[in-house]
Amino acid sequence: MSSDTTTDTTTDPAATADSGDAHDGPVAPAEHEQRHKEPTDRQYIFIALFLAVLTAIEIAATEVGPDGPLLIVSLVVLMVVKFLFVILFFMHLRFDSRLFSLVFYIGLVFAIVLYGVMLATFHFFVS
Amino acid sequence: MAIIERPTDTPALAGSGAAVVTPSSSYGYFRRPVHTTGWKSWAFTVDHKKIGIMYGVVAMIFFFVGGFEALLIRAQLAQADGTILSADKYNQMFTMHATTMVFLFVMPMAAAFANYMMPLQIGARDVAFPRLNALSLWLFVFGGIFINTSWILGGAADGGWFMYAPNSSVPFSPTNGVDFWVLGLLITGVASQVGAINLIVTALNMRAPGMNLMRMPIFTWMALVVQFLLLFAIPVITVALFLLMFQRNFGATFFSVEAGADPLLWQHLFWLFGHPEVYILVLPAFGIISEVLPTFSRKPLFGYPFVVFSGAAIGFVGFGVWAHHMFAAGLGPISVAVFSVATMAIAVPTGVKIINWTLTMWGGKLWFTTAMLFAVGLIVQFTIGGLSGVTHAVAPSDTQQTDTYYIVAHFHYVIFGGAVLGLFSGIYYWWPKVFGKMLSERWGRWNFWFMIIGMNLTFGPMHILGLQGQPRRMYVWTEARAGEGFFDLAFWNLVSSIGSVVLAIGALFFIINVWVSRKNPPCPADPWDARSLEWITTNPPKEHNFDRIPTVHTLDEFFHRKYEDVGEGDQHDYKQVATGQEVIELEEKYAEAHIHLPSPSYWPLVLALSFPVLAYGVIYSTLLIVAGAAIAVLALFGWALEPPTADDSDFDPPPPGDDEPSKELAVSV
Amino acid sequence: MSDATITETDDAVEIPHGYDDGQDHIGLPHHTSTGLSNTKLAMWLFLGSECLLFGGLISTYMLYRNRQADQLGPDQLWDIPFTSATSFVLLMSSLTMVMAVSNAKRKDEQRTKLWLTVTALLGALFLAGQVYEFTVFYREGLGYTTSLFSSSFYTLTGFHGVHVAVGIVMLLSLVAMLAKGKLVGDKHETVEMIGLYWHFVDVVWIVIFTLVYLIPA
Repeated sequence: MSSDTTTDTTTDPAATADSGDAHDGPVAPAEHEQRHKEPTDRQYIFIALFLAVLTAIEIAATEVGPDGPLLIVSLVVLMVVKFLFVILFFMHLRFDSRLFSLVFYIGLVFAIVLYGVMLATFHFFVS
Repeated sequence: MAIIERPTDTPALAGSGAAVVTPSSSYGYFRRPVHTTGWKSWAFTVDHKKIGIMYGVVAMIFFFVGGFEALLIRAQLAQADGTILSADKYNQMFTMHATTMVFLFVMPMAAAFANYMMPLQIGARDVAFPRLNALSLWLFVFGGIFINTSWILGGAADGGWFMYAPNSSVPFSPTNGVDFWVLGLLITGVASQVGAINLIVTALNMRAPGMNLMRMPIFTWMALVVQFLLLFAIPVITVALFLLMFQRNFGATFFSVEAGADPLLWQHLFWLFGHPEVYILVLPAFGIISEVLPTFSRKPLFGYPFVVFSGAAIGFVGFGVWAHHMFAAGLGPISVAVFSVATMAIAVPTGVKIINWTLTMWGGKLWFTTAMLFAVGLIVQFTIGGLSGVTHAVAPSDTQQTDTYYIVAHFHYVIFGGAVLGLFSGIYYWWPKVFGKMLSERWGRWNFWFMIIGMNLTFGPMHILGLQGQPRRMYVWTEARAGEGFFDLAFWNLVSSIGSVVLAIGALFFIINVWVSRKNPPCPADPWDARSLEWITTNPPKEHNFDRIPTVHTLDEFFHRKYEDVGEGDQHDYKQVATGQEVIELEEKYAEAHIHLPSPSYWPLVLALSFPVLAYGVIYSTLLIVAGAAIAVLALFGWALEPPTADDSDFDPPPPGDDEPSKELAVSV
Repeated sequence: MSDATITETDDAVEIPHGYDDGQDHIGLPHHTSTGLSNTKLAMWLFLGSECLLFGGLISTYMLYRNRQADQLGPDQLWDIPFTSATSFVLLMSSLTMVMAVSNAKRKDEQRTKLWLTVTALLGALFLAGQVYEFTVFYREGLGYTTSLFSSSFYTLTGFHGVHVAVGIVMLLSLVAMLAKGKLVGDKHETVEMIGLYWHFVDVVWIVIFTLVYLIPA
């Protein structure tokens, strides 16, 4: 514990309470980190099965599904859905502090945009 | 991370003859280091201040290494048909000059400041991950040494600091030089990456109570932006380096045209890193002078939020302009146009900063210390470099300028005139804080003026040389091509070379300054009447930084503890209510009884040592790869198993009358 | 970047910075400016940066995927059923990882170690599948230097495989350290942090599986 004695409150800057500002300091992690209620174990199993089903659909699509750009679009969409489910639920991003989301999505968006532009200069997206 | 509670009101027990106890160990064998004095206290330290000093010293050594390489280049080009360097040696020289200056001087020097100052500026006692901090330092040191051993092991890298492939592949660069370059940069890249994570967590998580983000000192803000740039840019060059390594060492054909590869892949990957890299180089200097200018103008930084946001904007937009280094590479008109416009955009936030700095000085009571001279020098010199930069942004004119000395002029004005002058400003400004004594102002002036005159004599003429067509990376020029009259390239090459000597003398004056100032008396508590939190500590700071973690109420907290605003309404009238010394003494009065400090450790050094072993193994022998990997695994497990809290047995037994262990670190065995 | 809003503490001044219990409190959520743990923030920053690492490798592959040596491309080589099976294994390892974290939160160390071990085993099974797959490709003529397609493919999947291997080592080390009582501090947080790494490795495979194996050349 701080050995602060309070004899000199008038000149001691620490003694002047700083009101009216978002005061950074220790907080209870429970209120702070959770934004929604977490999934239960059963719900996680459901999500995993859902992801397995999506994967099966993806594979089936390559066999019996549409061709050309439509196939590619569907596959990418399914991939993105699976990606998001793992990130948001398994990795808790949906329930945790927005700061985690921010730093991760910055990296993700940078990667997609920068490498996308790079591939575009190679005429990758034109047939 | 271990915590040693160190009572501040009991006298130090080290050396008092108290019984020496054995510190705790990993694996039952390796006792953790406990040294508080001597070289071991530096080698195994996790204290951010010691680490910062080591970063600075090693970076300064590399400054002179890189400077010597530059002098050789200028000596070669001082006259026609130079014979000082062969073509091959010349290639190695400009490659290593740039690599050394960028990766082994500017970046680590900025890291020195970030390491030393960031925790102090935010009111913390250390960084978030102290052992990781030590790892970054030693990876840098070993990586830098590793690259430079190439000079005596067959020749240094010779493909330019941008190492374009396939020129850097084995058929065209047959010596091991490029391999040393690739592996060395992979090593230093890990150092930067890990350091970035460390400092971001530090800045976000370890601020003193009351310090919200918009009260953070501006240097810490710029350092934070730089860490984000590193975080996202280093992985890209990591990919490029691995691809090149696999090409050179395992026969992959990523950049071989005859195998169907596209050499532009290298260029994209390199410059995707390379452009954020130049902002990594300059933003710390911007942060430094954003502290120095207000202090020596006796005015707060003009438009602090604008300086913060423009710094973030420069970082962000800086990721989007990389292909302006490739305007002549055949990208096609659409790509060129897009990147040209984006590059022009980035001049805007930089301009915002220049305006804010100038307006900070406007109407202020200017005090031209050496630090202030360097800061003002940055504004002037960087603006010149920025103006030539704007001309490059215009793609058609860049087509003439690219690969000429006009580009060399531009980047030296912004790197030397920007980053280096800013770093020197920081050195003079924070020297009393770090070392407890002042550098000589008289020698400082010699240092400054010789550097300014030297740099302008060296790089100014390069604008002319470039526009008149002297290409980069040409090891020799001839009389026949030199021209005549005002545009006589012979004349300007000579001027430039003489300028480099003047610059070198200026750098020497710095060393002389350090030497003659070493016996100076201790400096006052607040030599500059400064503004920010790091000055609420002694000079140099105590090991635990703050006797009491300060509570922050405002930006420029230290200033507002000394000066009270007695003005009416909108008018500001500051009256001094306390000296810096008194503010510090007040904190000492309320010193905390129990202070947490992290323990020294062997493992960062050992882990760092495994990297060059691995790297030599890639070049020479698989056995070394195995050995390096073994050391790395050993070190990683040792690190993970190392008790985060030093056991009670690590400490001296309690003095008589006390029922708690003294918690003073045991004296080394 | 905005600060997370936090509740005002009762005594705005009395922020404890020392504890008498000799424990390491630095970096735990109740001791940091954002209320978030240092290690968790560090891991998310690292994962953000890994997006750029794998992005570079994936783009290199996408650029070079059609530059193949004769008759040695995805159409000839891929065994989608097999790769689907290994992908399923890795996906399930993510589920078992979630179970491990869940049990760590409940402080059920036995179950935590169990689920961590299962995760590591599933990861090892995935890697074994990769190794088998690569030996088949190699025997069919796809060496590392055969073509740009082969170099890019092996580099991308190789980097991913190394990440999986490192993950397995971390998982097993964690089990061992839990068993030996060598883990100090917030155990749930350590398990959660390794979980984040593991899920990320799985998520990268989700992307690789679609872009490399499923999307037709």
